[in-house]
Amino acid sequence: MAVTAIKKSNPFSHRFRETLRQMRKSWTAYLFLTPGLIHFAIFTLFAVSFAFYISFHKWNIIQPDKPFVGLDNYMRLFEDPRFLRAVGNTLTFMIGVPLNLASGLSVALLLNTKVRGQAIYRTLFYIPVVTPLVVSSIIWKWVYQGDYGLLNYYLLKFGLIEHKIVWLANPDLALPALIIMGIWGGTGGTMVIYLAGLQSIPEEMYDAAKVDGANALQRLLYITIPLLKPTTFFLLVTSVIGTFQIFTEVYIMTNGGPLNRTTTIGYYLYVNAFRELDMGYATAMAFVLFAMIFVFTLLQWKFTRGDVEY
Amino acid sequence: VAITQTEKSVSKTISTQAVRRIKLKDLLGKLIVYVLLTTGAIIFIAPWAWMVSASFQPIGKIFDWPPNWIPETFTLNNYRKFLKAEGFFRWVLNSGFLAVIVLTVQMFFNSLAAYTFAKRKFPGRDFLFLAMLGTLMIPGQLFLIPNYLILLRSPLFGGNNILGVGGHGMLDSFWGIIIPYAFSVWSVFFMRQYMKGIPDDLLDAARMDGASEFLIYWKVVMPLCGPVLAAQAIFTFTFVWNDFFWPLIVISDPKLRTLQLGLALFVIKNRTVWDIVFAGSVISTLPVLLIFIFFQKYFIRGIALTGMK
Repeated sequence: MAVTAIKKSNPFSHRFRETLRQMRKSWTAYLFLTPGLIHFAIFTLFAVSFAFYISFHKWNIIQPDKPFVGLDNYMRLFEDPRFLRAVGNTLTFMIGVPLNLASGLSVALLLNTKVRGQAIYRTLFYIPVVTPLVVSSIIWKWVYQGDYGLLNYYLLKFGLIEHKIVWLANPDLALPALIIMGIWGGTGGTMVIYLAGLQSIPEEMYDAAKVDGANALQRLLYITIPLLKPTTFFLLVTSVIGTFQIFTEVYIMTNGGPLNRTTTIGYYLYVNAFRELDMGYATAMAFVLFAMIFVFTLLQWKFTRGDVEY
Repeated sequence: VAITQTEKSVSKTISTQAVRRIKLKDLLGKLIVYVLLTTGAIIFIAPWAWMVSASFQPIGKIFDWPPNWIPETFTLNNYRKFLKAEGFFRWVLNSGFLAVIVLTVQMFFNSLAAYTFAKRKFPGRDFLFLAMLGTLMIPGQLFLIPNYLILLRSPLFGGNNILGVGGHGMLDSFWGIIIPYAFSVWSVFFMRQYMKGIPDDLLDAARMDGASEFLIYWKVVMPLCGPVLAAQAIFTFTFVWNDFFWPLIVISDPKLRTLQLGLALFVIKNRTVWDIVFAGSVISTLPVLLIFIFFQKYFIRGIALTGMK
């Protein structure tokens, strides 16, 4: 009796037993979570730790010997001109992010003026988004083709260029060409999310502004754009993360060329992991990519999130 | 009296003029909006429309300059060639099979986890949920190599012994695509948000009647989740059907390629057979396009709900 009383008065052991009792009571909850948790434990938690481990080794899958090399893989990155070029290219791809946002917002604003056939316009702008990236890459390969390409035909016809241009083989034009293709494929998605944002702005705010004599431009600058800030923030973060990982269009359209001008971090990582089989190096690259995404997201949080309240 | 009369008529003419001016301005504004939208829509749809048009033209006509927007000679031959070319028909089936399997498996496991996080109280719930959410920021590239090696070393798969040595594991098989895609934290998160909105009274009533937890999940909660399930189903199907990166890493047997993988490698290898390529492109676009057109409501709502593109 005395012993039980002492045990009961110990708050820690009491809470521990209470937790155990609750765990036993809700065993079905754990059962329901088991498949997901096993998957998460293997393909997320273990995978990240394993990647961390690999990044400190010289890890070539066909070589049985995988020596520990410390920070070598990370140090090599900063001396590898192709990697630095890939970082530069990936950052240049970021030009597409504001352009994509601006283009999506413009279409959303136009569609939000109660036009007829809104659904049809929306569908037409959205079709590039549901088109598989492999197919988009094929289509745009043709658009940019030198001899028969659609773009050259119309530019020549309207007198904007004098000679045919081989867009994807030109070191200065290949990357801009891919950015433009990205805007084509991304506008529809941005538009739909902006439309949802626009529809959540109460009509009365515009009515009140009209009574005060605000013109359309003022209403856009002082009501619409500030109230869309959470949407813009969300789109900015997701688009930047997406842009950091560009791979498919580079793989199919340019192979990273000409002269490495379209080699992105994602593409260079693939080449190192699966062509050079230098998996330690590629994994170190993935961690640097992660760090960059992390820093960018924090910066965006700091600079755009601060005054989002309304 | 006469003066007020004139004043009135003067102010009336002024106001009708003003009204007319406003109307004209509105009309002009509308016109500009339509012109801009239509021009934009034409530019956006043109490359895509050209692919469809080219897929119905013989190869000689595809290379015509100026381009034939409306096929001069309409033919289904490209599609016939596509289905006969090595592997393509098989790849269409592979993609369809994988998309449906992943969709089914994911919907079940995701909704089970989402229900548990949304409607059950148990020690460690918030910790587990936050731990999962915390990993969402990690880019896919980081998982690429470890998951490749995990698949390669899966015990008792693909000729591996119990220690995961000897064969190719889950690589170069559909397992290598289905297993890593069997569960998605994103989906769990959005389903959970939706399920939170279902009133607890309904669940408690079922509990009073002696329903098991599984029955409550299956018969009470799931039937109320139509919109979010539809959105997730569409999203998962689209994702798996359109996916290129993971099949590229996992699959090397030509017979096991997905349509996107097969098509991409075909284009890279055969630079001149644009007739087959365009027919293949149309076919590989078709399923998701049809889903989008017929279920636009769910599609758009899903995007607005989850922000996933």
